[in-house]
Amino acid sequence: MEIPKSFLGYKRENGRVGTRNHVVILPVDDISNACAEAVANNIKGTFAIPHAYGRLQFGADLELFFDTMIGTGKNPNVAACVVIGIEPKWTKRIVDAIATTGKPVEGFSIEGSGDIKTIMKASQKAQEFSQWASEKQREECPLSDLWISVKCGESDTTSGMAANPAVGNLMDKLEPLGVHLCFGETSELTGAEKVCATRGATPEASKKFMKTWSDYNDFILKEATNDLSESQPTAGNIAGGLTTIEEKAFGNFQKIGSRKFIDVLTPAEEPKKGPGLYFMDTSSAAGECLTLQAAAGFNIHLFPTGQGNIIGNAIEPVVKLTGNPSTAVNMKEHIDLDVSKILKREMNMDQAGDELIKTTVRAANGRLTCAEVLGHKEFIMTKLFRSA
Amino acid sequence: MANTDIIIHDKKDNVGVIVIEKVNKGQDCECWIMEDDSSTKIKSISEIPLGHKIAMIDFKEGDTIIKYGHDIGKVVKSIKKGEHVHVHNVKTKKW
Repeated sequence: MEIPKSFLGYKRENGRVGTRNHVVILPVDDISNACAEAVANNIKGTFAIPHAYGRLQFGADLELFFDTMIGTGKNPNVAACVVIGIEPKWTKRIVDAIATTGKPVEGFSIEGSGDIKTIMKASQKAQEFSQWASEKQREECPLSDLWISVKCGESDTTSGMAANPAVGNLMDKLEPLGVHLCFGETSELTGAEKVCATRGATPEASKKFMKTWSDYNDFILKEATNDLSESQPTAGNIAGGLTTIEEKAFGNFQKIGSRKFIDVLTPAEEPKKGPGLYFMDTSSAAGECLTLQAAAGFNIHLFPTGQGNIIGNAIEPVVKLTGNPSTAVNMKEHIDLDVSKILKREMNMDQAGDELIKTTVRAANGRLTCAEVLGHKEFIMTKLFRSA
Repeated sequence: MANTDIIIHDKKDNVGVIVIEKVNKGQDCECWIMEDDSSTKIKSISEIPLGHKIAMIDFKEGDTIIKYGHDIGKVVKSIKKGEHVHVHNVKTKKW
């Protein structure tokens, strides 16, 4: 198949390209959710991203909170952003950082004026942003403007056999075109960590990966109960035939094809070494991982599933594929691409990779993904430790 | 091509994965080895559902299960060729 050279995206002020044109109402903290949701309810063409944190965090945990919030606002899938927080200082820090992209952004703080007056002022600004964004048109952009993140979930043995290597095939075909790619799930590479480390493009990248993995593994060993409480593998993984974390890890690892990663990113860190594959230190919980990848600037996500994870993301369209024939039928409304014919040997990996490229480009062009149509807007903060 | 009941990732693997709804006890199964596009056969001695693994050889306690050409865990209860391989007879070497 000839790979499409371009897609239709929204060119942003800083040169990045969005696959979506969201106008986001971003609450800084848990107690500003109500206000943000009221604004989003008032003003059509906007939506709020409620979340549970943003109060009394400190140190590295607070910095990750800011990176996540700021990165979400900066993501090119966001056309414009209204930020609402209880206090002016943290609100301003987020607004100022998002403003460096050149996109319209305005902040409001609730303390001293209350919800109702804040809702009125923020709604007026949100209306202006919504109407402004609605006139933006998609333009032809090179495929290299795609920043593709990947993460698998509710995996089973079909993930390692079909859906994950289909993603790997796509990576093998798209990396030479200058696309940014990102995989994560630090804990879920356990058992395959030494093999994964050999995929560093430089000795520094390999070393950085092993340090990142070891740190996470030490943390898990410190906190774990003897069976990891059915978390790795999950009960769903086991029902699907996965027996050990090692088996899950080698299946997971199929997602990067034969690529090498050029750098290791901290959670939500924006890649700075140009096009290519990056590894990001993330949890293997889908909501947390996707939120961090979106905050790093990735504009479309590929999600292979076995038993049927239904995750979406607030700002990144999530393209879901499965190699499990039962899931493809029984959870049809969640599956953007069915590659289960690989199991019957009626489809080979080259064909599956091509089909996934087509599905991905269609979604990038604006076709709503299953997760979007079903209203999945998960936004889950990664917490490094307890708040003060 | 013959119907495939079981897929084996790598020639070094000592387990295969069921890719039909289930295999029955005593069923003669066709296996396809992805790595070199070769074929082999095995007789199942358990009922095994889609996505679950079958032993391609006899294992004794302490043996290593190889899948994707790599170590994916240790045998904790002996397994006969053709038997269901899962959490009841295999454990991680990690956690």
